Amino acid sequence: MLAEHILQRLTEIVGPEHLATGTVDRITYSFDATQRQCLPDAVVHPGNTEEISRIVQLANEQRIPILPRGAGSGFTGGSLPICGGIVLVLTRMNRILEIDTDNLIAVVEPGVVTGRLQKEVERLGLFYPPDPASKDFSTLGGNIAECAGGPRCVKYGVTRDYVLGLTVVTPTGSVIRTGGRTMKNVVGYDLTRLFVGSEGTLGIVTQIILRLLPKPEARKTMLVAFATIDGAAQAVSAIIRGKIIPTTLEFMDGSAIDCVRRAAGLDLPLECRAVLIVEVDGDRALLADQARKVLDIIQPLGVLETRTAETAEESEAIWKVRRSVSPSLRALNPHKFNEDIVVPRSQVPAMIRALEALSTEYGVPIVNFGHAGDGNIHVNVMVDLHQPGMEDTVRRVLDDIFRITVELGGSVSGEHGIGTAKAPYIAMELDTPTLDAMRAVKRALDPNNIMNPGKIFPETVTANSPATSLPPAPAPDHG
Amino acid sequence: MAEGKPLEEFGEEIAQCVRCGACQAHCPVYLETGREGSVARGKIVLAAAVLAGEAELDERLREEIGLCLLCGSCVVKCPNKVPIDAIVAALRRRIADTHGLTSLAKGVAALTGSKPLLGTLVKGADLLAPLLFRKIPATSGLRLRFGPAALKDRSLPPLPDRDLFARVPEFLQGDPSQPTVGIFAGCALTYLYPQVGEILARLPHRLGCSVHLPRSQGCCGMPALSSGNGPLVASLAKANIGAFAGRDLDCILTACASCRGMLTGYAAETGQAPAAELVDIHVFLQRQGLVEQLAALPKWPHRFRVAYHDPCHLRTAGITREPRALLGALPQADFVEMEDAGLCCGLGGTFTAAHPDLSRAIGDRKLAGLRASGATVVASGCPGCILQLQDIVDRAGLAIKAVHTLELIQQALTESPA
Repeated sequence: MLAEHILQRLTEIVGPEHLATGTVDRITYSFDATQRQCLPDAVVHPGNTEEISRIVQLANEQRIPILPRGAGSGFTGGSLPICGGIVLVLTRMNRILEIDTDNLIAVVEPGVVTGRLQKEVERLGLFYPPDPASKDFSTLGGNIAECAGGPRCVKYGVTRDYVLGLTVVTPTGSVIRTGGRTMKNVVGYDLTRLFVGSEGTLGIVTQIILRLLPKPEARKTMLVAFATIDGAAQAVSAIIRGKIIPTTLEFMDGSAIDCVRRAAGLDLPLECRAVLIVEVDGDRALLADQARKVLDIIQPLGVLETRTAETAEESEAIWKVRRSVSPSLRALNPHKFNEDIVVPRSQVPAMIRALEALSTEYGVPIVNFGHAGDGNIHVNVMVDLHQPGMEDTVRRVLDDIFRITVELGGSVSGEHGIGTAKAPYIAMELDTPTLDAMRAVKRALDPNNIMNPGKIFPETVTANSPATSLPPAPAPDHG
Repeated sequence: MAEGKPLEEFGEEIAQCVRCGACQAHCPVYLETGREGSVARGKIVLAAAVLAGEAELDERLREEIGLCLLCGSCVVKCPNKVPIDAIVAALRRRIADTHGLTSLAKGVAALTGSKPLLGTLVKGADLLAPLLFRKIPATSGLRLRFGPAALKDRSLPPLPDRDLFARVPEFLQGDPSQPTVGIFAGCALTYLYPQVGEILARLPHRLGCSVHLPRSQGCCGMPALSSGNGPLVASLAKANIGAFAGRDLDCILTACASCRGMLTGYAAETGQAPAAELVDIHVFLQRQGLVEQLAALPKWPHRFRVAYHDPCHLRTAGITREPRALLGALPQADFVEMEDAGLCCGLGGTFTAAHPDLSRAIGDRKLAGLRASGATVVASGCPGCILQLQDIVDRAGLAIKAVHTLELIQQALTESPA
């Protein structure tokens, strides 16, 4: 528990209605979308940059951990208070401050829900592309902390590609401003990019300047059924090699198809072992041509059937197939380990083959789907942890998956971040000098290690953290 | 009859929540408060903590568990379909068991539980605005929904002279080849909007059905469920199931989304179900071919614009197309889809009485869509929503009238263009 004089000062800063230290409030801010819980000492709902700066100064002076939190929907433990401390909930700071249609930028507070900004800018004919599956509830602050992606990133890139400038409260309580409102800016280090994806370990983003695009006029969705997973994987590479960048290029493997077939019924040929969902967008006049080009390229690769949506309803029906994968997985086994590995796009076929081999070798179902177009594969190892020895098997399967991913030139996380969940694997990908450079940055900005401590770097994860582990239940779509 | 599944038996459902946060996008209360304790995920974590003995049913916990409209929006959107409404109801029963009923809940018990709704007028009701409610029996859940705090400055319809039972006989003989239906009217359509209740009973008769309007039906029990009173839910369910038993009905019709939701939940809550299928009136009228019948009527030369508000308890039951099909076929109006038609109105049974300011803040989220629609009439399928919608537009000074879909259908069938 925090000392009385600290609570007194917190109350002075935010007001009593925005500070809570009771059991109920601590429990309701003890979790995120991982299956862990750790109680914070206090929950604070600040209202502006100034308040946050004063809270952080206090925390730094008193060596109290600070946990910035948006929607708390992360998958790797980024907002878990594993060392206790103060959870700073940013949902009150949810104003869209400005949508500048002359310069195509938006200025927002971190608590704005991503989907809400998208809706507002689209009313004005503009477009904010990053579309994590959580966009209807996750916040822009959280998206920036994790550098969120989504299906549209094949063509449009990820969150970092849209952040022009940030206001950040650093771990010592200073307020700094990075980047700005211009498309070009080379003044000093690119601190904007440093903070994007820093998982709340380097500071608290309190204001965000985002780049917007004109909204594409139309889109066209296609579903392509393949006889083999290899055919589908080859098709992904072929499309990219053919110099076409679709808006989205999602895939589902045979076990994912089986799950959907069992759960909801699926109007696809029985011999179908893989599905690609391809969407193109742009000027209406050009779409039919683009769609045909895609289909021509992949036709020789064992295509059983193609469907092109002509209406919004037909498009929705295609996406419904993709969205029904995650909920249907629970029929396979009760526990799910979802990893968001990413490999160079040309290596998607090799990675898929390796995953199939691992599934056979260890005798556990591995269901794969996701954003094949950017090499980001959601790998779901489905197990029943009640079976003896299964925890160990899972550990070995995951180790193998990450090892192969890195060997193929990939990364252990494409869009979920490291947090606590992937910290044990970070050294598989980053060598010691690189990790040391990152640690040096962390130390320079956060000398007292108060800002989201225990994340990213494995050695800072306290071995006996107060976290209580819950058995994982099937999680929803992570894409 | 069982008095509701205890919290202890929800362990498996609680474990199904993976804390993904998807419920945040659909919870009317969370959208206002932005606090985890308001939303399904937070309440489930609290329920788990209560079961594990890590949290007490203290004042703060009771406050958070009170912040739920039981609208069911999160359940429908939950990837694992965790029945959070049932879990909240179980938590509230547990709170009532250990801490006794709140004063609001005691009011519910006193009013809805004394006996099934009868036409008896009870004068000098001591709990609530006596003038307004002089004509509503003390047994009606309405009194609780609109207690003094909720009534302050609220738009209310003029209270009718005669209730539904004074307007419609217990049985209307129809064509023997047509279905025989029962009418479950509920408190609001019996006492507050009996003219709508009358359409609910007489329109199926007009279409050839034989109609039963049992006098021994009472409050559906939603206010009792909402306030954690398991025994009262059980006794109201028993009375209502009994009211429709032995009448050889093809179905039981409702025109109150919340009553329908409550009655369909009887089986899960109490282990017993009404004798016939519960059918929302919109669904029934579409089945009976009324959409085509309305579409065949000559269009009125001067039409008004009508929007539709989805009651949560119809939307979450998947009933969204039928009311729109009926409205779209009206000869006197042009139907327009309004933005955020599916957002909750914020009334939520006794929620509005317990949290009047929050209830209104939630309701005011409807304003942008209502304004942009250009509609002069907003129709809905739940009297609670209609009451709340009228209050929302009146406070905002908009010239919009909130009506039940049935009133517009009645107008189309009985009036001619001016």
